[in-house]
Amino acid sequence: MELVLDSEQRQLREAVRELLADHCPPARVREIMGGDEGWDRALWSRLAGLGVAGLVIPEEHGGSGAGHVERCVVLEELGRALAPVPFLASAVLAVDTVLALGDAELSAELLPQLATGELVAAVAVAGDEGTWGSAAHSIAVTRRNGVFALDGHASFVVSGDAAHLVLVYAGTPDGPGWFVVSGEAAGLRTTRLRTLDPTRALARLDFAGTPARAVAAADPAAVLEAVRDRAAFALAAEQLGGLDHVLETTVDYAKVRVQFGRPIGSYQAVKHACADLYSTAEQARSVVRHAAWTADHDPGALPVAAALAQVVLGPGYFDSAAAGVQLHGGVGYTWEHDAHLYYKRAKTSELLLGAPEEQRARLADRLAL
Amino acid sequence: MSFRETVRAWLAENVPKTVENASAEERIATAKRFQAALHDAGLAGLTWPAEYGGQGRTAADQQVFDEEAAAYDLPTDVFMISMGMCGPTIVDLGTHEQKARYVRPLLRGEEIWCQLFSEPGAGSDVASLQTRAVRDGESWVVNGQKVWTSGAQHADFGALLARTNPDVPKHKGITMFIVDMHAPGVTVRPLKDMTGQAPFNEVFFDNVRLPADAVLGEVDAGWFAAVTMLGHERVSIGGSVRRRYDPLTYTNLADLARRLGRARDPVVRTELAGLYAAERALSLFNTRLRQEADAGSPPGARGSVAKLAGAELLWRAVRVAGLIAGVRAAAWDEGDPAAEELAIAINATPASSIAGGTNQIQRGIIGERVLGLPKEPQVDRDVPFRELRVGTQA
Repeated sequence: MELVLDSEQRQLREAVRELLADHCPPARVREIMGGDEGWDRALWSRLAGLGVAGLVIPEEHGGSGAGHVERCVVLEELGRALAPVPFLASAVLAVDTVLALGDAELSAELLPQLATGELVAAVAVAGDEGTWGSAAHSIAVTRRNGVFALDGHASFVVSGDAAHLVLVYAGTPDGPGWFVVSGEAAGLRTTRLRTLDPTRALARLDFAGTPARAVAAADPAAVLEAVRDRAAFALAAEQLGGLDHVLETTVDYAKVRVQFGRPIGSYQAVKHACADLYSTAEQARSVVRHAAWTADHDPGALPVAAALAQVVLGPGYFDSAAAGVQLHGGVGYTWEHDAHLYYKRAKTSELLLGAPEEQRARLADRLAL
Repeated sequence: MSFRETVRAWLAENVPKTVENASAEERIATAKRFQAALHDAGLAGLTWPAEYGGQGRTAADQQVFDEEAAAYDLPTDVFMISMGMCGPTIVDLGTHEQKARYVRPLLRGEEIWCQLFSEPGAGSDVASLQTRAVRDGESWVVNGQKVWTSGAQHADFGALLARTNPDVPKHKGITMFIVDMHAPGVTVRPLKDMTGQAPFNEVFFDNVRLPADAVLGEVDAGWFAAVTMLGHERVSIGGSVRRRYDPLTYTNLADLARRLGRARDPVVRTELAGLYAAERALSLFNTRLRQEADAGSPPGARGSVAKLAGAELLWRAVRVAGLIAGVRAAAWDEGDPAAEELAIAINATPASSIAGGTNQIQRGIIGERVLGLPKEPQVDRDVPFRELRVGTQA
């Protein structure tokens, strides 16, 4: 097991961090927040230019074949900057779905475009109640004149508004299956949801006789699970980046904010809370690195490692972001300060793949409890 | 044969069976035989310098050993202070003569060590200690009292902090000494803890004579030596391998839930999963600390994170144990050793957040030494020790 980044991985981190410092400062994030479009196209192109969208895509399909550790390094930086780009949707969920489906034709067609970032794809797996896989009940597939058509809806689709193409988990008379729908397809209506987190767009997709292409899969439900595992630790990496930002900004503030004649960080009440943030972050980092390493080197152990990552990072990030607001006091509660953006991202992330109790139940299943 | 295979094969052949109801003397004799054999096999002191009896290997090899040893209950608890704290400090600060004299027998388990820091008036504030060492020609004469000294009843040597200059501020007048626990004037008296057992002691020094070469590090630089040893202590406690029969591990609590028919209860399941996650997160953090040490960045004060998280983990386990067992954790029929062990573990848990520096002290260390937060104003910092009020004395 290798939990320490090597020099190439650290260089990758520096490259992404520098790019985000230049092109995704907090002011830019707020600009996108207030804009009509939920994401930053220019930033996405720049990031794609670094080749980061294809880190887990094999070289034969236009990726770099680097691995999950590298992709998690990128996700950490994106989470730290709250970068409003469809990386989680396209470079994680969509890429992992195509890879898990293992369809040669689909891979050859989509992966090279996903690797360059010119194709932005999303994955629709949840219905109105939000549970993973429930789209198989909320979207019905029919076959008319040899063409598949989808009717129904999916919701909570990450970056669904940005997608040129959507991979859909839908119900056929023979059980769930995977389908590819063009973002431009007739009978597809995409509506951005109102969101607690203004920096991450989620969408509802309505299908009305929408033409779709079926992707054969021996076990569509197993593909769903595989994608969910990868999403669990990829999201955890993003959460870790946010958690690091919360820790650093809170500690910095505690050093400079003076009350009762001395920096608030000299008071035990504040100092000890900062120590707890650090302890949480350091353990979280170990868990995320472990899951990423496991995905690359010990895939049999991934189901436990991935569930572990969400169990630790979900509440770990949210509780820290809440503490971050608290330790900043009144200014932390203002719209002007960025602390609330991390609080909101943390809460959304904690719930995105299932609430903490559900994540712990999932881990319990995997531990055969 | 890989190192892992070597370790695995050796342990399979050589770990002695745990004998129930063995006396303390029998347990120590067993431990000493085992440790000597471990050293003969080249498996003791893996990361310690080869020159003084160690093996000069990497932390990664130590990790391999720990992973393989996790399948056993090694009889080596009695050496924890020797090998986790005193030995590494001698390696760090000792003279060549001291290292040559003490390290090998310590690693072989031939000589057991204890740590003589805490006093009735000096707990979290160890630097306010009052035991004094006064020069008498070439030697030193020690008088005073230590307390909460784990394993002093079995120890051959101790690492003693004593005040050598009361006229300077408290941190500046302390010296660390190596003291022979069998010397005239040393009295060890057992002290019962809240479980009713007596793993620690009071130690009294009555005109105990120490030679000049008993000083470890520099005279009046004992605080530096103490901080060095306390750092080793935190890493050692935080990173210590849990015993297989420890009733508060995830594995044993999951077994308990199955035995009591509670394993399908949804709340029990999620709480157990949460406990697993906390246990695993700490163990992965410890692994990462070791890997960083191998890569050239030692843990330093970050060992406090392991110590703090380890204590919080135990408290969480106590809560989960209560959830699983209910009142069955509080009362049981005569002759139920599992229930007995669980009760002792619950009663012993406060030690985890007090011994080796309280959770509050650990958070202070993380805040100040890792995160660089400003210190509290220190009223005693520049005051000569003899003018200070110490402990609970008027």
